[in-house]
Amino acid sequence: MSQHKFLSGTIGGFTHALQHALESEELARVDGWLQRLDPRVKLVGLLALVVATAASRKLSVVLLIFAVALVMAMASHVQWKTLFTRVWLPVLGFTGVIAVPAIFLTPGEVFWRSPFGVVHVTHAGLRAAAMLVSRVETAATMSTLLILCTPWTHVLKALRSLHVPVEIVAILMMTHRYVYLLIETANEMFVARQSRMVGRLDAATQRRVATRTGGVLLSKTVQLGEEVHLAMQARGFRGDVRLLDQFRMETRDYAALMLLLGITAAALYVGH
Amino acid sequence: MNPSGTAVFEITGLNYRYDKVPALNGLSLKIGRGERIALLGANGSGKSTLLRILDALAFGDKGEVKFFGSPLTPQSMEDESFAYDFRRKVGLVFQNPDVQLFNPTVFDEVAFGPLQMGWTHGKVNEAVTRALEGMEIAHLWDRAPHRLSGGEKKRVAIASVLVLDPEVVLLDEPTVTLDPKSQSQVIDLLVDWKSGAKTVITATHQLELVDAIADKCFVMQQGQIMATGTPAEILSDGDLLLRTNLVHSHRHTHDGVTHSHPHVHGPGGHSHTH
Repeated sequence: MSQHKFLSGTIGGFTHALQHALESEELARVDGWLQRLDPRVKLVGLLALVVATAASRKLSVVLLIFAVALVMAMASHVQWKTLFTRVWLPVLGFTGVIAVPAIFLTPGEVFWRSPFGVVHVTHAGLRAAAMLVSRVETAATMSTLLILCTPWTHVLKALRSLHVPVEIVAILMMTHRYVYLLIETANEMFVARQSRMVGRLDAATQRRVATRTGGVLLSKTVQLGEEVHLAMQARGFRGDVRLLDQFRMETRDYAALMLLLGITAAALYVGH
Repeated sequence: MNPSGTAVFEITGLNYRYDKVPALNGLSLKIGRGERIALLGANGSGKSTLLRILDALAFGDKGEVKFFGSPLTPQSMEDESFAYDFRRKVGLVFQNPDVQLFNPTVFDEVAFGPLQMGWTHGKVNEAVTRALEGMEIAHLWDRAPHRLSGGEKKRVAIASVLVLDPEVVLLDEPTVTLDPKSQSQVIDLLVDWKSGAKTVITATHQLELVDAIADKCFVMQQGQIMATGTPAEILSDGDLLLRTNLVHSHRHTHDGVTHSHPHVHGPGGHSHTH
C-alpha cells in the first residue's frame, strides 16, 4: 500500500468510526419501539435475553431469540445493513477463528470427508460451530440494539438505578468519552502528519512511524482524558449520573418488560 | 466555610511539581472578595497550575491554600457539604473548551453543573435558559457541542460555568484562539463584572486585555509571583515585562538605522516604547 493510501485509509477509518459514534446518538432519539421504552426495561429485558442465549443448549432456541432481535430492530428503525456491518460481520470474523477449527477437530459422526481422508467434518463439529457463532451473534445483536436505541447517559443512569456501583458507572462514562477523544486525536494527528509528508516511505519506515504515532497518541489521549475528568469534577461531578430526563414506568413499559421476560423464561425452559 | 472572611483565597508558600518538574515554587498571594485579578505570565509560568489549585483540582506538595479561611485540601474536598459549597461558589473555564464539553447537546452541557448540585428540574431549566440567552447561544440548545465552531464552543463552556452563578470565576486564557467577534464578546462579559459582585481571576498573557478586565495584577515567572500592582503600574514597567517575557524585543529600521525595543501587541495594532 502506498504511503498516501496508508494514511488516507487510516484517516478514513477514524472519520468513519467517529461518524458511526455520532449516528448512534441520533438513532437513539428516533421514534421507535425500543427508543420509547424506559431505559431500565431495555437494560433488564435485553440482558435477560442475552443470559437466555448463553444458557440455551438448543440451536433452534438461540435462532428464535435471534429472530426476536431482528423483529425488535425492525420495530426500532435499526437497519439490518447497520447490524450487518457493525455486528454480524465483525463477530463472524472473530468467532470464526475459534469456530472453524472445531468443525474439523470435534470427534463424532462424519458428515464430509476430504479426498484421501486428510480432513473430515463431523456433525458434532458443525453443531458446535453453529452454536458458538449464533450465540455470540445473538448476544452481540441484543447488546448493540440496547446501545443504538438508548442515549449513552440513559444507559448509565439505568445502571445506577439498578444499583450498579458508582465506580463502575463512572469508569464506563469516562471510557465512552475517552473513545471519542482517541478517535478525534488520532484523526487530527494523521491529518497533520499527512500534510507534512512528501514522497513515499518504505514499509519499515511506515511501521516505525505507526509505532511512534501509536505511543504519542496514547499519551496525548490519556492527558486529555484526565483533563476531561478534571473539567467534570470542576462542575461538581462526584461519580453519580444525574440527568434532566426522569425515568417513568408506563403501561407499555410494564407490558414490554413482561414480554421480554416471558420470552426469556420460555427460552430458558425449552432450551435447557 | 466562612463567607464573611476577608480573603477569598490565601496561599502561603505553595510548591507544586509535575513529576520532578517544579511548576510552583513557594508561591504566596491573597485575593480579596470582589477583586478582578489578572494572572500574567508567559507560557509555562505556572498560571494554569495555579488556577487548578484554586479550583481544588490539584493540591500542592507543600504550603497552604485557604478558601474563605478554610484549608483547601483533598480531605476537605471529600467532605460532601464542603465540596458542594465550594463547587457552587467557584467555577473554572478551561483554556481548551473541548475538554469541558462532554454532553450530547448544548442544553445538557449547560445543565450538567446544576444537576450535579441537585437542583430541581424546574430550577435547572430556568437557569440553563437564562445562561444560554446571556451568552447568546440559545439557538444552539439542541446542537452537539463538539460540532460547534471554536467561538461557539468557548461560549458554551463559559455558559456551563456561569449557569451556577458562582461567586468566584476562574478563567484560563479566555480569549486565546477566538476570532475577533468572539473575543470582543468575552471581553465585554469580563468588563461587565466590574461591579465587584464576583471575584474574577483571569490567567492571560495578552497584555492588551489587562486594563479592561482587571483591577490588580500578579506577574508570574517560574512558579513565583514576580510583581503585584495595578494594571497601570505593571504595564508601565517595561523592564519587568521584558524580564518576564510578556513583551519581546522588536527589531526594525528607521532612516537606515536598525534598532530594537520592547513591543506589545494591542487591539488597535501594536505599540512600541522607544
